Amino acid sequence: MNASTHPSGEATAALAPADLVGLDAARIGVAPGRRTYPPGIAAAALFLAVLLAVAAAPTLFTGYDPLTGNVLEGLKAPNWEHLFGTDRLGRDVFARTVHGARYSLLIGLGGMAISVVAGVFLGILAGLRHRLLDEGIARVFDVLSSFPGVLLAMLVVTFLGQGMVNIAIAVGIAGIPKFGRVVRAQTQLVRDADYVTQAAVYGLGRGQVFVRHVLPNVLVAISVIATVYVGSTILTVSGLSFLGLGPQPPTPEWGVMLAESRDVLRVAWWPAIFPGAAITLTVIAFSTLGGYLQKRFEGRLA
Amino acid sequence: MRADVQDDAGGRPLLVDVQGLSIGFAPAGAPIVQGIDLAIQAGECVALVGESGSGKSLTARSLLNLAGDGARVEARRFRIRGQDARAFREVDWRWLRGTVTGLVMQDALVSLDPLRTIGQEVGEVLSEHRILRGRRAIDARVIEVLGRVGIPDPEIRARQYAHQLSGGLRQRALIASAIAGEPDLIIADEPTTSLDVTVQAQVLEVLAQRVRAGAGLLLISHDLAVVGGIADRVIVLRDGRVVDSGTTADVLTRPRHPYTRGLIDAIPSFASRGRRLGPASARSPDRIAPLRHPPPARDDTVVLEVRGIAKRYARPAGFGRRALATTALDDVSFDVRAGEVVGIVGESGSGKSTCARIVLGLLSPDSGTVRLLGEPWSRIRETERRRLRPRLQYIPQDALSSFDPRYRVSEIIAENLAGLRPAARAARTAELLEQVGLRDDLAGRYPRSLSGGQRQRVSIARALAAEPALIVCDEPVSALDIGIQAQVLDLLCDLRARLGTALLFISHDLGVIQHLADRVLVFHHGRLVEHGPVGEVLTTPADPYTRTLLASQPRLEYGLPRHAH
Repeated sequence: MNASTHPSGEATAALAPADLVGLDAARIGVAPGRRTYPPGIAAAALFLAVLLAVAAAPTLFTGYDPLTGNVLEGLKAPNWEHLFGTDRLGRDVFARTVHGARYSLLIGLGGMAISVVAGVFLGILAGLRHRLLDEGIARVFDVLSSFPGVLLAMLVVTFLGQGMVNIAIAVGIAGIPKFGRVVRAQTQLVRDADYVTQAAVYGLGRGQVFVRHVLPNVLVAISVIATVYVGSTILTVSGLSFLGLGPQPPTPEWGVMLAESRDVLRVAWWPAIFPGAAITLTVIAFSTLGGYLQKRFEGRLA
Repeated sequence: MRADVQDDAGGRPLLVDVQGLSIGFAPAGAPIVQGIDLAIQAGECVALVGESGSGKSLTARSLLNLAGDGARVEARRFRIRGQDARAFREVDWRWLRGTVTGLVMQDALVSLDPLRTIGQEVGEVLSEHRILRGRRAIDARVIEVLGRVGIPDPEIRARQYAHQLSGGLRQRALIASAIAGEPDLIIADEPTTSLDVTVQAQVLEVLAQRVRAGAGLLLISHDLAVVGGIADRVIVLRDGRVVDSGTTADVLTRPRHPYTRGLIDAIPSFASRGRRLGPASARSPDRIAPLRHPPPARDDTVVLEVRGIAKRYARPAGFGRRALATTALDDVSFDVRAGEVVGIVGESGSGKSTCARIVLGLLSPDSGTVRLLGEPWSRIRETERRRLRPRLQYIPQDALSSFDPRYRVSEIIAENLAGLRPAARAARTAELLEQVGLRDDLAGRYPRSLSGGQRQRVSIARALAAEPALIVCDEPVSALDIGIQAQVLDLLCDLRARLGTALLFISHDLGVIQHLADRVLVFHHGRLVEHGPVGEVLTTPADPYTRTLLASQPRLEYGLPRHAH
């Protein structure tokens, strides 16, 4: 970007005796070009893409049934026939891990969706001007976050009963204050932002200002946190399933698989290692990607 | 004057003697600063002048070996107090900082440690370099130094933290910490840029005292008028190179480089009224002549009528403090007529911005009324105001934060074009961009990728989109470099002459008001202390505060030798 072709449009530069314009143009940011991604980010994104594909169509990746197996073939170490080996009941661990992706992702994303929707709703309500409402909702967040997430989820499951939907609701409720607080702070920030004042000067109505300026800018902040949060939700869900509060055996959920493999851990490492690795990698992938998004969008938030 | 120069050359020690200085970062990249010669004697003030990115701060910091990580500093000669600094090790530099050289930075709030008192901050250099021993001796010196820089009640202030001090006091505390070790050389990097004019004058006076006491001062600024009154010599930097240098009087009266000429021409004042501040526009050379004397498109229609508005802010009692009510605005009345530019001057806290917010209908006055185009404007509901909203627009100081970060330039402007079909909207947007001198391929860009001047142009285009009768401009140029400020002021003058839009122009810079405004309102402590035509109020002020303001205004003429006038 040199002075002769500077994109400032301040066409005065060419003839300007003192060329003060050129300096103005020289400070423009770097032109948007092709972006390169760090290898870690690319790997995380690739992993999550594969995971999504696996969750959507597990039968494309394995021919074995995750629920039935030959007991006589039980606890076979990984071999060419069974890549991840077989568990105590002779079920293919690879097939179970592959089919399990669907449950973990579904519950993780579902729980997160509940947290986000409720958190955004309550957070915006609190972040707008009403003081009593703000006080009330802020206290609700305080109460919710005064329990460790897992404990709160266990409490909810105790009330609602076990099962996939209930466990999603449980982790969803536990995650509300996390989003709610950020949304509240962000709403307060955006509602006082200069561009909201400016919109009032245009003559836009309150509702229009909210829909066009406040809500989108609050959501941008949330989308990034949500990505990071999916990982920890999946971890919580696996933990709860491990404790037997989530989907019940023989569902090939990763946490359930870990619980089942616990008894045979002395003789066979493979039924535990592979679902464990799947959980770890998924959590790391989401966190890495979320952290990267956070850095990239940081400057753009209000 | 001649005798003066010879005096300077005679016998005083050279504190800094640098020749052929170049600083670069990337191993193979072009140096950011190149071929700079810099010499500072004891008892002399040298000013480094240039716009953002000219390399002035980098040059100054290299004298303290603080140019930054990975900076490669090279010079044919680099002597500080007669010693070759190229051979210095880190220990030598550390000793140098504070004892031989002191650094005053622009933003005192971030330059002072928030967890330490002013006294600790100022005393640090004394204990660190073992200049004084013993708490008592250090405390006594700290208080003495704080007093010397004009901080009232130094004993109390020494025990306070940076956030408890006003901007002016903070800046003085920072200077105190820089001079506590009695350094021979003070480097001041834009020490007054964010300060009000009266405070600026005080801060410059403190620095001038040190120079008279025999210290060398390297003053960095983007504003020639600021350095004119204090500097003995001026070096003008542009893109990392020296374009002009010499005694202040020489540079100001006989600039060798057109760039320096441009910087001098860019300073707004009474003298610049009716002429362009920036370089002539290539787009419309034929329009230059009529622009010299913009036709006053003004008639007697009153656009804005403000009557007796007042605003008080109440601070409720909190932990450890009593309830407090401050009067932000007290019984202010004025009119703005069609096509007129009314300037508001005053320092921070004078009520300028409160007044602007009330005029904009963003804040409701406690008493008094505002009428826009003859219709009631204040103390009605927002829905009733909405019909007239397009007639009153706003140009804020910080353009970037007034843009929704998700919006492109075209969307920002189009948002203020209500009720147009998409095709008409695009055409009008292009027309507006052209009007403010922006190329239309910028329409698809995000404002954060634009320069400061371009952002302010977008902001102006957005305000014009509504075809307003009055635009409230709240310090629209005070965050801009002098050259960019010149262009934006030219644009505003030009548009005002062409469109006949009235402006209510708030500024702390008297020069800008002198250049632009027809009438001026002077605010002080929430009151309108004086008002009238600019030519009267700002030449023969009746109010003592206005006189103080005028006396504090940095002017180019101060840099000229007395008998030349």
